[in-house]
Amino acid sequence: MIEIVVVLALPVIGAAVLAAIGHRRQAALVNVVASLATLVAAAALTARVIEDGPLLALGKQFLVDPFNVFLVALTAFVGFTTAVFSRPYMMIEEQHGRLTPARLRLYHSMFQLFIFTMLLALLTNNVGILWVAMEAATLTTVLLVSLYRTPASLEAAWKYFILCGVGIAQALFGTILLYFAAEKLLGAGGGALLWTELDAVRADLEPTVLSLAFVFLLVGYGTKVGLVPLHNWLPDAHAEGPTPVSAVLSGLLLNVALYAVVRCKVLVDGALPGAFAKNLMIGFGLLSVVVAAFLLSRQRDIKRLFAYSSIEHMGIITFAFGLGGPIANFAGLLHMTVHSLTKSAIFFAAGHAAQKTGTQIMDDIRGLITISPVVGWGLALGTLAILGMPPFGVFASEFLILTSAMREQPWATPFLLTALGVAFAAIFSKVQPMVFGETTASRLPVRPAMLPVFLHLSLVLMLGVWIPPFLADWYRSAARLIG
Amino acid sequence: MTSIPIGFQLINLLAAILLLLAFAMLAQRRVVSLIDLFAAQGFVLALSTAVVAYTTAQPHLYQSTALTLLLKVFLLPWLLHRLVRKLDVRWEFEGLINIPTTMLIGIVLVVFSFNLALPISQLANTVTRSTLGIAMASIMLSFLMMITRRKAIPQVIGFLSMENGLFFAATSATYGMPMVVELGIALDVLVGMLILGVFFFQIREQFDSLDLKHFETLREDASGPDGAAE
Repeated sequence: MIEIVVVLALPVIGAAVLAAIGHRRQAALVNVVASLATLVAAAALTARVIEDGPLLALGKQFLVDPFNVFLVALTAFVGFTTAVFSRPYMMIEEQHGRLTPARLRLYHSMFQLFIFTMLLALLTNNVGILWVAMEAATLTTVLLVSLYRTPASLEAAWKYFILCGVGIAQALFGTILLYFAAEKLLGAGGGALLWTELDAVRADLEPTVLSLAFVFLLVGYGTKVGLVPLHNWLPDAHAEGPTPVSAVLSGLLLNVALYAVVRCKVLVDGALPGAFAKNLMIGFGLLSVVVAAFLLSRQRDIKRLFAYSSIEHMGIITFAFGLGGPIANFAGLLHMTVHSLTKSAIFFAAGHAAQKTGTQIMDDIRGLITISPVVGWGLALGTLAILGMPPFGVFASEFLILTSAMREQPWATPFLLTALGVAFAAIFSKVQPMVFGETTASRLPVRPAMLPVFLHLSLVLMLGVWIPPFLADWYRSAARLIG
Repeated sequence: MTSIPIGFQLINLLAAILLLLAFAMLAQRRVVSLIDLFAAQGFVLALSTAVVAYTTAQPHLYQSTALTLLLKVFLLPWLLHRLVRKLDVRWEFEGLINIPTTMLIGIVLVVFSFNLALPISQLANTVTRSTLGIAMASIMLSFLMMITRRKAIPQVIGFLSMENGLFFAATSATYGMPMVVELGIALDVLVGMLILGVFFFQIREQFDSLDLKHFETLREDASGPDGAAE
């Protein structure tokens, strides 16, 4: 119980300290230390859950179960590595004159607050607070997307704010409907929005209300997941914001939004006899995979390219949870983990590549490997990993998803395979010339932090070859929980 | 003929005024009047919440009445007025679609919302269930307003008035959400408004206008202006 409080308090304290001290040379270091402290606290919480099993704390307001514990650990971990990466990255940006000390102060404290909202959304047991935390996550990142104050970044931030705001308003209506259904069984008051209470009575919840609620919740949180056709904000926000923000948006925010959808799906599955929620998720997931894959080849900006790849992968995960069953859910959870690690690693590498060549336009990025082998290899290996090459973890999860699709929804397999093939061709043909050939890159004044990239990629490699037993146990019990 | 208690009649009347205000906002061209209409909507909302609280003896609704009154009648309109004054954007503006067409689309949306709300309001056991359709209609109308306006401030007012509609829906379907959630939502709205204030100045600084027609660089096929990538 004390661990939960510490995990949530540390980022808030970090944000307050960073806002107070302003931008000094140490600010980036304070950011790293605060993120490390959060990671340690999250590890302690994780160890506690491994030992004692799931726990409900503080008057049932907080819940840690196998489904969210690994996401908490993942969030704290990616938060920490991003902080490590952002230190030299932001230093270079400042030297290039794209950022001022005042904006870096905003960046650092908002970064910590964003991590806080993610952790709060994951740890809370209250569906209403989950909504509040998701909305707060948009608010903390909207000024980060517009950090460079260029016309394009302002437009991206505006789009992000309005589209996600409208989306999240739909989710609020869904939450109101959920409360409306629950209140009849559980009585008015705070108890009727607690997920564990709802889960206990889910078979008796009013089906018509819940099906309507799920449509609103899926559309609402689905906007944040970036499901097609609600994805419009995503590529812009990823491309125009600073790279560390793109990395946490792709690696953390999308996962947490999908987590919210899946939590709601569990309740709806219990209340409705048919496969209503499953079919909706299969449909949205498949559409996202196919549309995003075909849009990949039209991209010219490196961060936009990988943003579309994120839409594609979130589609795959949504599809997997839509299929349901122990194997597809297991694969979906594994894919959530490996996608988050791989995609943030790619954004780190792509960010440095853009700094070295002074552009995000892929046609102008050439021959990274001659001037900087680490960045070149980081980008190449990350790309191979995200494209599902064995032995990386993405291969394992995609393979499991495809085989379950063949068994349960055979009609969907050709679409998935085509989309994966198209995505492979599009991304590979664009990344290969960026890595090899005549170089356009130049040296940077500050050594880039490539350690996070290789740390993430080796974890992805490990998950492709061997999944630690406790993690496999969590995936299995979470898969059972999701149903 | 059965007579309906005066309290419920009052709630229905206030709900009708709310719908009327939503249409008025849809038709209003001047930004200052739009803010006043938004404040009026907040006031009617607070009043109806108070009546519901009184007729059904739900004490926690008084707290949300106070919250609504403070936030949506005083604080947000005040902030918006200040912004408009500072940014000096008291122009009249054009929508993407002309006003009569917008109104017609609005009427279709109201019919649609009433149909959508019908199965739910039959299940509700609150006295206010008949107003659920109106709540949904005002959400839809605010949504329409956000789509048809191309200036930044009217879009935000549309967004805030959508939040009003949601709040009204929560009151009419379930006598309001639990207090902790309501406080969280209020905090999000307030922080969102403050962030937008900062954001408006950034847009202004960059474009010399709050007209979103400048926002046409990021398209599906293009990868943004080259200037952004430098």
